[in-house]
Amino acid sequence: MIQERMAVFGGVYSNHVALAALLADVRQRGMSQLYCLGDLGAFGPHPNRVFPLLRAAQVAVVQGNYDHSLGHGLPDCRCGYTDARDNYFARLSYAYTFHNTSAENKRWLKDLPPERRLTFAGRQVLLCHGSPRQTNEFLWESTTSNAFLERLFRDSGVDVIVATHTGLPWHRELPGGRHFINCGAIGRPANDGRTAVWYAVLSAVAGGRLEVEIVPLEYDYRQLAAEMRAEQLPEEFVTTIETGWWTTCLEILPARERARGKY
Amino acid sequence: MKDATNRPPPLLPLAALDALWFQVAGTLCNLRCRHCFISCAPDNHTFGFMTLTQVRQHLAESVALGVREYYFTGGEPFLNPDIFEMLAAALALGPATVLTNATRFTPANVARLAALRDASSYSLELRVSLDGFTAETNDPIRGPGTFDQAMRGVELLAGAGFLPIITAMRSWDPQQDEAVLAGFREQLTAAGCSRVRLKLLPALRLGAEAKRDHGYGEDEFLTEEMLMGYDPRQLLCHNSRIVSDRGVHVCPILIDQPAGWLGATLAEGLQPARLSHPACTTCYAYGAICSNAGGLGLETARPPGNLPS
Ligand code: SF4
Ligand code: SF4
Ligand SMILES: [Fe+2]
Repeated sequence: MIQERMAVFGGVYSNHVALAALLADVRQRGMSQLYCLGDLGAFGPHPNRVFPLLRAAQVAVVQGNYDHSLGHGLPDCRCGYTDARDNYFARLSYAYTFHNTSAENKRWLKDLPPERRLTFAGRQVLLCHGSPRQTNEFLWESTTSNAFLERLFRDSGVDVIVATHTGLPWHRELPGGRHFINCGAIGRPANDGRTAVWYAVLSAVAGGRLEVEIVPLEYDYRQLAAEMRAEQLPEEFVTTIETGWWTTCLEILPARERARGKY
Repeated sequence: MKDATNRPPPLLPLAALDALWFQVAGTLCNLRCRHCFISCAPDNHTFGFMTLTQVRQHLAESVALGVREYYFTGGEPFLNPDIFEMLAAALALGPATVLTNATRFTPANVARLAALRDASSYSLELRVSLDGFTAETNDPIRGPGTFDQAMRGVELLAGAGFLPIITAMRSWDPQQDEAVLAGFREQLTAAGCSRVRLKLLPALRLGAEAKRDHGYGEDEFLTEEMLMGYDPRQLLCHNSRIVSDRGVHVCPILIDQPAGWLGATLAEGLQPARLSHPACTTCYAYGAICSNAGGLGLETARPPGNLPS
């Protein structure tokens, strides 16, 4: 028996088509508790389109590094790439997103909280963007030790942590019953050769158990690709949307995650 | 040690122990590179091999501290006969990275490494030092025959499904970066690397490198003023420590410098770092050059489409 459910997603990257599909999907599943872990812009077309959708669905939003940069008018996205090619694309999409995000939406991004705490299934839950201690920290499945997660739980005093920022979803239940969840991104595929994107559903089930599902979301990626081309966004980005393989920002991937992709 | 103005050096508290390094091969290496910042060589016994017991003990202590990842360096880690067991112990707890010159690989030991990698859910990274994409540019620094030996090692790694990260100390004019990187990409692709991962490092003007090129000047010190408004998270010593067969040191760079010594136990090693050494100015300028991310740049394979100029 499911008693309570919530959906958590992140990394929207201006993918308003996937966001609309997600909102329809969760409505159909009967969920009303919706959380977004940030990075609303980047990568995709028409950044202003995601804001009314989030507001209308009353999604509670956490600030990502991209949101922080846009909101504060910083010169870059603070992803910390060192590779020249990654930096080229990062700068290009940041400039596009910055130019096309309204002043009102930038103010809204600036005021987003860096984390949210709530109680769910009798557990203390922390929602953040990168990690509880740093908005732009990458928590990859293959480079995050259990000992490190235990420390994050200890330091933040919670039982469940949900983050995003890497774009790759994963979930680990620690021996003590605490859960770390990376909800992935709905803005672009997970470098797995599928066009679907991913988000997380948390369910409180009978007996006080917490169930975590990483859910694929199909959406009209062709529409997004067409809009990206019309906006003259880099063909490399469109390729990722159409094939499910990452073509840029690969330097940050650890060996195991990198080996799974095509490039 | 004091700076030119006679003030004490800045202190940097350890924010948290995220990375634990092991000087597993001490200062022993089968090579004698002319730019080695701790002058490793077959006969440099300043630091010896760590024992499996020492490594296990530090790994056990690291769990309570919440360490996220482990690094193994030397000297040449694969000279240590216990390296495979050490890696197995580390990979049971978290991700591990080995810094190697790749000249000691055989089909048999690479297969053993692949088995360790496949038995863990964590990443096993191999970082291979190479200082040029030809024998003509590499061998004068790393020794005769080392280019061919290392490329053979890279081929074996690539053949076993590893995606080695190649690190090179930038010994050329930065204006030549693009040409050098293109040369590396071509060589590594020919050696079977399906994803070319390159990391350029600035020179650390210590040890043999100080004699090869030049050392640090007397006035090259960090000051409190320089750290104002500076994000110390860029420095390795803000979240890492290294253990050797002798005890705990602030970082791999200063392992053989008196300024780098912190104590015999990991607990003593958690005290703040004294940024008193001239080499600290290199970290200050380039960030955490020793970790997998960071450095002058990590150049990746080029998927379809070229970098527009
Ligand atoms: S640079 Fe590396 S391979 Fe060369 S002598 Fe030093 S430890 Fe050995
Ligand atoms: S050399 Fe670098 S890592 Fe070592 S103490 Fe100095 S600043 Fe820190
Ligand atoms: Fe992010």
